[in-house]
Amino acid sequence: MSFYKNVTAKPWEYSSPTLGTGPESAFASSSERIALTLFLVVVGVIFSLLAVSYYVRMELGDWVPMSDPSLLWVTTALLILSSVLFQLARNTAQGENFLKARKLFVGGGLFAIFFVIGQALAWQQLSSNGFDVANGPASAFFYLLTGLHVVHIVGGLWVWSKTTLRFFSQDDLTSVKHSVELCTTYWHFLLVLWVFIFAVLANT
Amino acid sequence: MAYVPLADQDKDHELHDPHTFITKYIWSQDHKVIAIQYGGTAICVGLVALVLSMMMRLQLGFPDSFTLIDPSSYYQAVTMHGMIMVVYLLTALFLGGFGNYLIPLMCGARDMVFPFLNMLSFWVYLLSVLILMSSFFVTGGPTGAGWTLYPPQTITPGTPGHDTGILLMLISLGVFIIAFTMGGLNYVTTVLQARAKGLTMMRLPLSVWGILVATILGLFAFPALLVSAIMMTFDLTLGTSFFMPAIMAAGEQLDYNGGSPILFQHLFWFFGHPEVYIVALPAFGLVSDVLSTHARKNIFGYRMMVWAIIAIGGLSFVVWAHHMYVSGMNPYFGFFFATTTLIIAVPTAMKVYNWVLTLWEGDIRLNTPMLFAIGFVFTFIHGGLTGLFLGNVVIDLPLSDTYFVVAHFHMVMGVSPVLVLFASLYHWYPKITGRMMNETLGKVHFWCTFLGTYAIYLPMHYLGFLGVPRRYYAMGSTDFIPESAQALNANITLAALFVAAAQILFFINIFWSLRNGKPSGNNPWGATSLEWQTTETPPKHGNWGPDLPVVHRWAYDYSVPGYPQDFIPQNVPGDFGVSEDHDHDTEMKEGPLAK
Ligand code: HEM
Ligand SMILES: [Cu+2]
Repeated sequence: MSFYKNVTAKPWEYSSPTLGTGPESAFASSSERIALTLFLVVVGVIFSLLAVSYYVRMELGDWVPMSDPSLLWVTTALLILSSVLFQLARNTAQGENFLKARKLFVGGGLFAIFFVIGQALAWQQLSSNGFDVANGPASAFFYLLTGLHVVHIVGGLWVWSKTTLRFFSQDDLTSVKHSVELCTTYWHFLLVLWVFIFAVLANT
Repeated sequence: MAYVPLADQDKDHELHDPHTFITKYIWSQDHKVIAIQYGGTAICVGLVALVLSMMMRLQLGFPDSFTLIDPSSYYQAVTMHGMIMVVYLLTALFLGGFGNYLIPLMCGARDMVFPFLNMLSFWVYLLSVLILMSSFFVTGGPTGAGWTLYPPQTITPGTPGHDTGILLMLISLGVFIIAFTMGGLNYVTTVLQARAKGLTMMRLPLSVWGILVATILGLFAFPALLVSAIMMTFDLTLGTSFFMPAIMAAGEQLDYNGGSPILFQHLFWFFGHPEVYIVALPAFGLVSDVLSTHARKNIFGYRMMVWAIIAIGGLSFVVWAHHMYVSGMNPYFGFFFATTTLIIAVPTAMKVYNWVLTLWEGDIRLNTPMLFAIGFVFTFIHGGLTGLFLGNVVIDLPLSDTYFVVAHFHMVMGVSPVLVLFASLYHWYPKITGRMMNETLGKVHFWCTFLGTYAIYLPMHYLGFLGVPRRYYAMGSTDFIPESAQALNANITLAALFVAAAQILFFINIFWSLRNGKPSGNNPWGATSLEWQTTETPPKHGNWGPDLPVVHRWAYDYSVPGYPQDFIPQNVPGDFGVSEDHDHDTEMKEGPLAK
């Protein structure tokens, strides 16, 4: 039923039973996908609010622009690779080629781990150049935004590791396939989010 | 994965019945048990907050008579009282408690769609409560910054609990938000995807609508609190200056520079205003169902009620700065927020009219739940009207930070939702326990609470007009406040002690009825919605036995002409309406009463 039909329905009128016998789900997707989508919106709200705070704070007197470490370009590439591998894993799993899908899936996660390591190196580089958290608002936001993003990657990796284990034990491959799909969506989202954060931080 | 609608998946749904005591009552994944765990925990912390408010009242009514209460502990009591009541009691009880109990039952589902996540949500919530409570026992005590936690004073030396206390508060809020998000994703997904056959969105009881929209508000509003809590934690522990300006404390320059306290206020109220509706909307929904059931009438203007809930939910994100009129904002800003604030009063007023019209010419049963529900209509009208005053910038400027504001938000967010909580507890207690609560005790409890809260909060409006400021430990010698204000304060305190004591009746009733209450049967009120149609009361694990219910009508078929009973449950087939072009005899043969 379309949204418009929904909100204009006259529930007090008895409607023909045919209307009343269809199973009632608002969307033709799995519950997991709906919960994930909703969760991604929530994460989006978090980072939008941080971005707004960033711009508000930037207007205030003591803002000193900071150039981002060039290492971030490398980590961005790592995250893109990770996302691509997840997408390939998803496609391969779709074609029921589970052995190959497993390799790609594991690879995707490994590149995400490399990304996290890269981010940690970038932090180290920054702080050895004298930019630590308390150094000024620009570097404070840098650590805050990149840090929270990494937290989300790590959360994703936790699900990834559970899915990997299930991949190896091989039972219930349909549900593994579904997990791979969800992980892929999550990874793409985190990639887009990272590009957004990178752009915000570059605007200094 | 091939998509199978949830309502169709149930045939071979293993119910993995819990067997041991531990899996049944402690690590339970059953939404009904989780609801009781959530509700019980919330009520326990709520009692702590109640005791704190009594401490405050004793000091205000009888200044300097109690050595236990010094300025620091007074501020700590104010802060903890406010935060516990708003977040850890009301939000948790409405959504974690009633949301958990009612959503699957009212939707005709066996459980939430993610039972494990649901269980986790409760335990994480419990953790957040324990972290918060632990702040009472650390050096410096809990934070005394006021429930709004405004920087810079929150983390400036001189404020009680400016280091450990506030840190624990911020951590606890973060943990709470994680718990809420896990629960919230569950509630929304369950309502969207797991409804019984025939139960379209527009056939849902308003309780579910209120809880659904409130949960969505929570999912979008709590991030603002999370973000501000994280940034404040950075300021506190890592020495950043997100919110902290350059500031002197106790003659010393603190190590902060350039941060914006106003930014915090915006973030806080971007959460804070939706939060009041996170509490209000479930109350709106629950009270609609209680009123309709006990007036034996369909809710007046069902669709309007649904749209109003959605409209209020949407608008509540664009009114936040009415809490900041005195922060020195641009007048055009104030104008904008005053306008949106007054607009939100329109759907709110529509709901009030519809409640009153539901009662109009109803076959009203004045039992305890109904009394509380009608009491809510009174208190909510009072609180809503004062909101209209405060929404106008020029009227708000002199009234801001006075007892008028305290009176406003207690009428609208303290008393009103609590009356609905009581209405709902009396109303759904029979379903939860299988026993009725004692009516006489219940009615005494109602009148003490209802009249008592008026005795507390009506005079506060007047104190506000006099200019008595809120959050003051003692008034000192102030010229503009007459002596009589103190007499009033003493009386308010007496009323408050009385109301607090009256709540004992409620707890006696709850525990007494558990064993001695009259057995209720499955549907003691003659209600239509699905939770009353279970074959067992309290419902067993899985709720419905082998077959899920199928829904044939909306939740408000009360006193339908031509039907022998004055209610038609949602799962009864057949058109019994008065419409002329139907042959009643054949329709009746399909009904359950057909011989
Ligand atoms: C007709 C609708 C309403 C309007 C126009 C309105 C307006 C206002 C305004 C302008 C203030 C700020 C006063 C000040 O600080 O100077 C305020 C405070 C408050 N309102 Fe409302 N309100 C309305 C409904 C509600 C509802 C339904 C609730 C809760 C269920 C609520 C809860 C609060 C709370 C908690 C505060 C005080 C927060 C604090 O300063 O600590 N209001 N309201
Ligand atoms: Cu507000």
